[in-house]
Amino acid sequence: MRHFPLLLAHELRMLAVSVATYSAAVLFLLVMGLFYFLVLYYFDTELRNDPPAAQYFQIFWIPVFFVVPLLTMKSLAEERRHGTLEALLTTPASSLEIVLAKYFAAYFFYLALWALTLLFPLIAVKYLPIARADSPLLDTASLAGGFLFVAFSGLLYIALGIFASSLTRNTLVAGMLSFSMLFVLIISGNLLPHLPLQDTWFAHLIPTIDYLKTFQHLEDFSHGVVDTRPFFLYASNTLLVLGVTTLVVEARATA
Amino acid sequence: MPEAPASPPPAANAIPAPAATATPSLQAIALNKEYGSVHAVQNLNFSVARGEIVGFLGPNGAGKSTTMRIFAGLLGATSGRAYVAGIPVARYPDEAKRHLGYMPEHNPLPEDMRVHEYLNFRARLKEIPRRKIKSRVEVVLEMCGLQHKTRRKLIGTLSKGYRQRVGIADAILAEPEVILMDEPTIGLDPHQIISIRRLIDSLRGRLTTVLISSHILPEIEMCCDRVMIINQGRLVASGTSKSLRRELITRAEWRVRLNGNVAAFEKLLPEVNAGLRLSACSPADSDGFCEIRLEGPADQASLGENLLTVAMKRGDWLVREFAPIEPGLEEIFLAATKTGSDTLAPFSLNRK
Repeated sequence: MRHFPLLLAHELRMLAVSVATYSAAVLFLLVMGLFYFLVLYYFDTELRNDPPAAQYFQIFWIPVFFVVPLLTMKSLAEERRHGTLEALLTTPASSLEIVLAKYFAAYFFYLALWALTLLFPLIAVKYLPIARADSPLLDTASLAGGFLFVAFSGLLYIALGIFASSLTRNTLVAGMLSFSMLFVLIISGNLLPHLPLQDTWFAHLIPTIDYLKTFQHLEDFSHGVVDTRPFFLYASNTLLVLGVTTLVVEARATA
Repeated sequence: MPEAPASPPPAANAIPAPAATATPSLQAIALNKEYGSVHAVQNLNFSVARGEIVGFLGPNGAGKSTTMRIFAGLLGATSGRAYVAGIPVARYPDEAKRHLGYMPEHNPLPEDMRVHEYLNFRARLKEIPRRKIKSRVEVVLEMCGLQHKTRRKLIGTLSKGYRQRVGIADAILAEPEVILMDEPTIGLDPHQIISIRRLIDSLRGRLTTVLISSHILPEIEMCCDRVMIINQGRLVASGTSKSLRRELITRAEWRVRLNGNVAAFEKLLPEVNAGLRLSACSPADSDGFCEIRLEGPADQASLGENLLTVAMKRGDWLVREFAPIEPGLEEIFLAATKTGSDTLAPFSLNRK
């Protein structure tokens, strides 16, 4: 793994000099700022039990659907299309090092974007006349729990994006694949129990599906309940997806 | 019969030491690559000695790039063995890559990096010691004519010729024992081709082995010690241009510019040699001279002199020019590749 730090630094540097990075960041922050404003608006006008941070993280899936594909779709697909992946593989750097460098660069950027949104409650407290320092805007448990959930689930979402990018040379196809996989992973847990299959063998799977439900994990985390089981679920699946991605890169490079 | 490996296969977990000077820098033993029913490379056997500059020729789809990609560790062979600096590529790909500089066919480069940044990055990836990176990058920038303003330019803004130079600079950066260049002069203008040729020439005498695939045959003839010709995945000829000329060209040609009766001159030919014949004749120019082409067996060295002597003795013609036409690499290439896949020339390793 001696080439990993060099490759990671290179990937981060390329992200830092790319216009697309800043465009994605601005778009993300605008959208999330709007959502946070709406959360505050409804918190002010309607009676809500949940703190604003818990409500804010409930819509985590909207930015995930567009930011994860945008961040990851180019990573391997474009390198393969331009042939630069081949050039990288002619050096002693291994496929695993290349995949991990791309993965962690995208993951760090994803975390950095979410970390910037933690400024929203601080800005609200400072500039909104009705907010006070002890207001529910700064509910630490919700903020920390929500951010931890985003960090844990992001491990798997970014890995899926990198995996999708390894399957094709076309960045658009990679983006669509990534979006589809994320949609199935995040939404299907909520949709499947509503299918008219309750009298079949499928009913036996419902407890398992409940355990895998992304929104259930979010519910726990955003109320300050940090459960290690989802962490292991996301971490183990991340390792699996990254392993398969490395095999895909190797197989495609030497096919 | 596949050639025996130059060095004994290494022990199970031991990475073999870099090749000694006597060990071939590149060696293919019964190399095969199949894509389904397509045989891209078939029973390929060759070796390239250290320090040799070898041209790798073949028509499109002959298997040149496939062979190079197998040596570069980018492609697995279906069967057979490939050695780089005595190291089996399939078994120790990372170790083999440390002895290899590879410039792929379309020379892929990152568009949004500056030339010197890219070379610094590649130098670190290729495990050049940190303290040597700066000086090594400066050396290759100078060798490839990339110093001054070009070094700070974004690669995406460079012309094709400069991009090729960056690709070559990358290939030679780590001073590898073996350099593979797949079509390094494709798409370049004559000035750029000459500068690339000079660059390749500058590698001579550094114990660097270079394998260049190209379609530009005069280029190969000018800068390579010998050529290997591959057709339909098989090695059909290998040797110096001179030895291949002897081996593959069976007919000799002469160009004659004469003033006089061409029909009478043609009748004279069988007197000199039964195989000699007139193959072409151009109309006479304003001075009354016409250019004719003669064809005869190549194995009779004094045929041209005999003809000239007989023609002079008769005195019916004024001869302004009489010159043998040396078949170029193009003719050799055509002769070697028109034989088809069924005729496999015996493997020969002719070194200068």
